[in-house]
Amino acid sequence: MTIALTHLQRLEAESIHIFREVAAAFTKPVMLYSVGKDSSVLMHLAMKAFYPAKPPFPFLHVDTTWKFREMIAFRDQMAQKLGFDLLVHVNEDGVRDNINPFDHGSNTHTHVMKTVALRQALDKYGFDAAFGGARRDEEKSRAKERIFSFRNAQHVWDPKNQRPEMWKIFNTRIASGESIRVFPLSNWTELDIWQYILQENIPIVPLYFAKERPVVERDGMLILRDDERMKLRPGETVENRLVRFRTLGCYPLTGAIESDADTLEAIVGEMLTARTSERQGRLIDRDEAGSMEKKKREGYF
Amino acid sequence: MRHIMAKSLAPTDGVRDYLAAQEKKSLLRFLTCGSVDDGKSTLIGRLLSDTKQIFEDQLAALERDSRKHGTTGDDIDFALLVDGLEAEREQGITIDVAYRFFATPKRKFIVADTPGHEQYTRNMATGASTADLAIVLIDARQGVLPQTRRHSIIASLLGIRHIVLAVNKIDLVGFDQAVFERITEAYGQFSRDLGFQTIVPIPMSARYGDNVTSRSDSMAWYSGPTLIEHLETVSVEEAVVELPFRFPVQYVNRPNLDFRGFAGTIASGSVAQGDEVVVAKSGKSSRVKRIVSYGGDLARAAAGQAITLVLDDEVEISRGNMLVSPAARPQVADQFAANIVWFDEHALLPGRSYILRTETDQTSATVTDLKYRINVNDFAHEAAKSLDMNEVGICNISTRTPIAFDTFAENRTTGAFILIDRISNATVGAGMILHSLRRAENIHWQSLDVGKRVRADMKNQRPAVFWFTGLSGSGKSTIANLFEKKLFATGRHTYILDGDNVRHGLNRDLGFTDADRVENIRRVAEVARLMADAGLIVIVSFISPFSAERRMARELMADGEFIEVFVDTPFEECARRDPKGLYARALNGEIKNFTGVDSPYEAPEKPEIHLKTLGKSAEQMVDALEHWLNERDIAEDQYDNGGGI
Repeated sequence: MTIALTHLQRLEAESIHIFREVAAAFTKPVMLYSVGKDSSVLMHLAMKAFYPAKPPFPFLHVDTTWKFREMIAFRDQMAQKLGFDLLVHVNEDGVRDNINPFDHGSNTHTHVMKTVALRQALDKYGFDAAFGGARRDEEKSRAKERIFSFRNAQHVWDPKNQRPEMWKIFNTRIASGESIRVFPLSNWTELDIWQYILQENIPIVPLYFAKERPVVERDGMLILRDDERMKLRPGETVENRLVRFRTLGCYPLTGAIESDADTLEAIVGEMLTARTSERQGRLIDRDEAGSMEKKKREGYF
Repeated sequence: MRHIMAKSLAPTDGVRDYLAAQEKKSLLRFLTCGSVDDGKSTLIGRLLSDTKQIFEDQLAALERDSRKHGTTGDDIDFALLVDGLEAEREQGITIDVAYRFFATPKRKFIVADTPGHEQYTRNMATGASTADLAIVLIDARQGVLPQTRRHSIIASLLGIRHIVLAVNKIDLVGFDQAVFERITEAYGQFSRDLGFQTIVPIPMSARYGDNVTSRSDSMAWYSGPTLIEHLETVSVEEAVVELPFRFPVQYVNRPNLDFRGFAGTIASGSVAQGDEVVVAKSGKSSRVKRIVSYGGDLARAAAGQAITLVLDDEVEISRGNMLVSPAARPQVADQFAANIVWFDEHALLPGRSYILRTETDQTSATVTDLKYRINVNDFAHEAAKSLDMNEVGICNISTRTPIAFDTFAENRTTGAFILIDRISNATVGAGMILHSLRRAENIHWQSLDVGKRVRADMKNQRPAVFWFTGLSGSGKSTIANLFEKKLFATGRHTYILDGDNVRHGLNRDLGFTDADRVENIRRVAEVARLMADAGLIVIVSFISPFSAERRMARELMADGEFIEVFVDTPFEECARRDPKGLYARALNGEIKNFTGVDSPYEAPEKPEIHLKTLGKSAEQMVDALEHWLNERDIAEDQYDNGGGI
């Protein structure tokens, strides 16, 4: 008898294995939930891994207060529907100082509202392991990261000194205060993600589908004006254009693409002929040389 | 708000067909390895570029970087595409393994680009452990180098059975067939005993693309496949489904009293509802009641699937145990022989205690015998007392509790383990089990009626091991002797194990290398444990410079019985006292490996008793010890009398 697993079945089994390993070996894990498509897949896999039980850990959303409104609505609806424990953390220091992407730039904004906020939340609850949805095909420094990625007590990643990671035998041992970031989707590609969403009927934020939306052209990117906090510069106008998003972050930092793909099949079809990578729409990857690695070393996911 | 569900969508035929075709593709995981500058990263860049995996924005960034850091003049430096860390780009070398993904119409590929430098061998091993095939690159101008051999041996040990010998930079030797054949011959000779099923040599130029994805115009003499043709067609399927059923239990899922499931990934074989299964460690058997999965129960599941099993009976199973086929069971033993690849800058020392982890099990382990080290150049078996970073050796291993396993040759999942340092938690080695040592099954602990408690009660005392650690000349022996006299005077039964004395007898065969120091401590700790078992109060007076060994000794004893006493005298004071004249000689270079001079002393972080001797008398120190002992005994008596049932 032979049961040959398909490519997606192999990826799914690997991810489930990783989820269970963390649940068995750590005292206080958490899943970082960023509301994007990768988070949707991650959440689906977590539900599968522990069925018939619910995932034995809470989901944490680090809210920069600049996420698309549709993302927040989707987040709350999923939490209610699946019944998981949702924690939302906002860096109140950043809110008090009115840190925002327009006045402070993407770099400072991301550092304060995302990286520092994440560290605050991890320290506040004392989580010793945190799942993230990062994939190795996304970015060069991510291609180098282990599935179980060690962080010292200051949440720092040392890319030059990573633990060897042999077979599926994961070293889950840490000293007090240290933690591990865990990436169950490490070996998935963007195409695998979409294919799996299609196969499993996984709900995703509607922003991924093309629709007429009010956008402003700025610095070569199409920015959706999600609320009044985005002030128009001289000469800028808001136009309704048929756009969608390949990736979702803070709305002022995430470029839309012109597209009429309003079904999953059309999205996959568009991706197969795409000539730019998905992170091209992310301002934060480009704001300084080697910037993703630098952010990751500071504690960004 | 509208949430779009996939099922509500009208299918687009072209995409559906495409995805259906994707589903049928097989996956090949391979790595590129070989020496520094043989062109590994360049080859991967070439593969990604030729299979159209590089997007426009990535290409633009690459052109920018090539001008800044590149080593290929005005051409694009593909290595910069995979060398993703700042340090790598600045130094122009690969430090850690990068994983890349590409697909052709025939197959999907995950490739691990691994570093060539010897100091990063552990990262190469990381990439190799999940690969089915290795591309060994050779610079045609250099031929087979020591790193070529090291990587080939590690690939072989880690179970890789398929090799592509990529003779690269063939353009730089004028596309010379004779060079290609000479290298192929040399590699064939060298790798004869490595157990590779296929070795396919291909002459190529990764930089210009010759024989990578398209056939070279400059090598009419070569009639074999291009690299991509070979990768698309090579068969690496291992029949793990045909092997006996192995299910390492990873997680016990118990959401409520009515459900108790054993979650894990099937390592080999298959299982069906109703099958009999055996718990490996206890030998108890049961039947599979349900194979639970999110989409509904399964009738059957096979190797590679992550499932949850529910059994008919309430048998005792926890994480680390294994459910197995009753017809072909794994071995359960606490002693076995294994190949070890060492990763850490601190050498492997026989006798030192490490944490051993299999896929789901964990226990303490020591290397009881380092049989030999393998010389990667000529396979010679060399006698060795320790394994340094990147060395490979064959060891006997003893674990504190038995583990269930198969040999690595039989099963790559249940025959592998890693070793973890107890203090730093670093992954220090990887092991592949060769065979169990029969001895393990023959030793059974005798259950004796006269126990430790009875023996100790007769002496009217609680057993204890006072472990004195400190520099030579710190005053350990003086304090220990005085302490014993006082205890003896109050009617206690005691014994002193002194470093110098034991070295004249039990440990006369040991020297002062790190390996011998570890063994020295291990033996003394075992003797101390037997004496504590006999009910004695044992005073061990040993420099014992390494915290790992002191921790090992601590774990040998019952809870609360090990009392670490740090005799804390500053180095300068010890060297000044120099009762045996040793410091003078060590500082003169006449004695090697002298603690505090050219061998480290790791001070205890949390000793039970910390004796700061400077300006104090030995009597004052002993008073402190006696006080501590009385406090403990009083506390325990209270517990015994008041808390008893």
